[in-house]
Amino acid sequence: MKMTGSQILLECLKREAVEVVFGYPGGQILPTFDALYGYKGFKFILTRHEQAAAHAADGYARVTGKVGVCLATSGPGATNLVTGIANAFMDSIPMVAITGQVPTALIGNDAFQEADITGITRPVTKHNYLVKDVKDLALIVREAFYIASTGRPGPVLIDLPKDVQVAQTDFIWPEEVKIRSYNPNYSGHPGQIKRAAKLIAEAKRPVIYVGGGIITSGASLELLELAEKINCPVTWTLMGIGAFPSKHKQSLGMLGMHGTAYANHSIMDADLIIALGARFDDRVTGRLDKFASGAKIIHIDIDPSSISKNVRVDVPIVGDARQVIAELNQEIKHLPQIDEWLKHVDALKKKFPMVFQDKKKVLPQYVIQQIDEVTNGEAIICTEVGQHQMWAAQWYNYLLPRTFVSSGGLGTMGFGFPAAIGAKLGRPEKTVFNIAGDGSIQMNIQELATCVENKINIKVAIINNGYLGMVRQWQELFYKRRYSYTPITSPDFVKLAESYGAVGIRVTKKEEVKPALKKAIAVDNTVFIDFRVEEEENVYPMVPAGEAINNILGGLA
Amino acid sequence: MKHTISVLVENKFGVLARVAGLFSARGYNIASLAVSETLDPTISYMTIVVEAQDEKILEQISKQLNKLIDVITVTDFTKKAHLDRELLLLKVGYSQKEKQKLESLLSKCVGKIVQAKDDTAIIEAVGDQAQIRQLLEGLNELGIKELVRTGRLAITY
Repeated sequence: MKMTGSQILLECLKREAVEVVFGYPGGQILPTFDALYGYKGFKFILTRHEQAAAHAADGYARVTGKVGVCLATSGPGATNLVTGIANAFMDSIPMVAITGQVPTALIGNDAFQEADITGITRPVTKHNYLVKDVKDLALIVREAFYIASTGRPGPVLIDLPKDVQVAQTDFIWPEEVKIRSYNPNYSGHPGQIKRAAKLIAEAKRPVIYVGGGIITSGASLELLELAEKINCPVTWTLMGIGAFPSKHKQSLGMLGMHGTAYANHSIMDADLIIALGARFDDRVTGRLDKFASGAKIIHIDIDPSSISKNVRVDVPIVGDARQVIAELNQEIKHLPQIDEWLKHVDALKKKFPMVFQDKKKVLPQYVIQQIDEVTNGEAIICTEVGQHQMWAAQWYNYLLPRTFVSSGGLGTMGFGFPAAIGAKLGRPEKTVFNIAGDGSIQMNIQELATCVENKINIKVAIINNGYLGMVRQWQELFYKRRYSYTPITSPDFVKLAESYGAVGIRVTKKEEVKPALKKAIAVDNTVFIDFRVEEEENVYPMVPAGEAINNILGGLA
Repeated sequence: MKHTISVLVENKFGVLARVAGLFSARGYNIASLAVSETLDPTISYMTIVVEAQDEKILEQISKQLNKLIDVITVTDFTKKAHLDRELLLLKVGYSQKEKQKLESLLSKCVGKIVQAKDDTAIIEAVGDQAQIRQLLEGLNELGIKELVRTGRLAITY
């Protein structure tokens, strides 16, 4: 049967089990939106900005593990997706972004709303395609989903010229995808796994360091088994939050710039670091030449280019974290003697506890703790980027993978709110919070309309301190309190929410925090809670950029 | 140190840009680049010469190249026995008094005169790195008017 390019696209998306597409129409994607009219194969969510469509697809992918899909027109529609694509790329999130393009005959003519989006997104996609012939379309869509979701996942863009959307051909669904130049390796090298087991048996001060790869590969159970077997402490990156239960007795919490002091000291004192699906990012290692200089390193990662990129590795194992850890668990026959080490780590925990000094005004940390309490740690927590993000990472007790949704690598303000929309659509049974700052929320605040129109129920906790807080913190500590353009004004968030048809609540006192949260959760609508918090509260502990990670600033810790 | 890397890629539009982008995004300069179709018209062969200070950078380059979906294989010739060649075309002065010097130089080096007209000769030279260096050093003394080169090609033994 002959079908148009647009019909083929929709049919392919349906067959890829796509549940929801986020997007925004425009001139060069009109034929596809025409095909979407009344289409029932999947849900379509109209966002109020293309950037939000990309972040929503990203949030959906993070909570479900499936490929997120977004759709936009050519030119500005496509360029508006770029931040969202780059964000997904940095955090290895499976995504397929589809853009309209000017007709093939006009490409390169500086046509109206033309942008070379495959050129623009080349460095921020895992792969991208410009479809020149409708006959190639079905295979390209199939390949795009395959590439996005396998190996180290990432975003793939498909640029679809208008004439290709209209052109007709016989629809042939490619049952199998085989790309000769792309064969991700999942199973680890057996010899290396043996060497790793030997290093573990000989270790005196081992630490497990966990990244987002554990969540991507679904390796939480294998990780738990490994950790309990060795009985050693476990620390994680921002992307690794939720991979290991934070209330577990072996847990050290997050490490790095705003990690717990005891996690950082433990890593620096370790003689063996077992790195699992983590990439030794600069926010984790601090000053590289001082990082864990006394430790041997086992590094398990699906991406060979992550290994020995920043730190030298003693036992590199390229493979899928779940498979490799399962094999490693089988291979470990001798357990290390680490009682002394555990005493040392316990002493570190006692010496540098995670605490904050109570103040008269509402404290951000307290708000996060209360969110944790009223949701029993069972909500999905999305965040924007800044101080509130770090507090959300530090003070909420995550129990399960895929419950913390945050822009790790790119650090995109404006990510959290649209990502929460995607998260809620992916996991409708969950309470979804977006913990935001008063700065970040204003970067994609227009998505209130998307929430209300589609009855998407999100709780937005705005940690409102009147500043671009993280930048202000750096200015306070490193720029002599010269608050250059960090004091920020905001609209009346309560009235703003109400004007969109959502609910607004303001909290100015400590005792109002919990009732406000309970009320917000009970309401079947999106709620903005404007928490007026202590203005100049800092995120501690803090390791100044470029310092060794045991050179820890401040607070009580 | 200069390293020679060969990359077998899908012969599709945009692949060269992907490879080149990978170098430019990291601030690595490509010293030379030669691309052409192989016996299999769906595959292209790229020979890239790159300046890399240390092994780590070279390892990253090769890993990053391998990560590109359209890259089939990457070979680093640094560690492999190989033969390399480069083709040069040069214009040099060919007046009566330059003639003899040039011909005496060419008798000792790779390179031959393929065309001589008025006061200018065009020299074609094919050789490995050492041979090309020797030729260029000799010709530099005579004065080179124009020079084009293909960049290095390499093949394993």
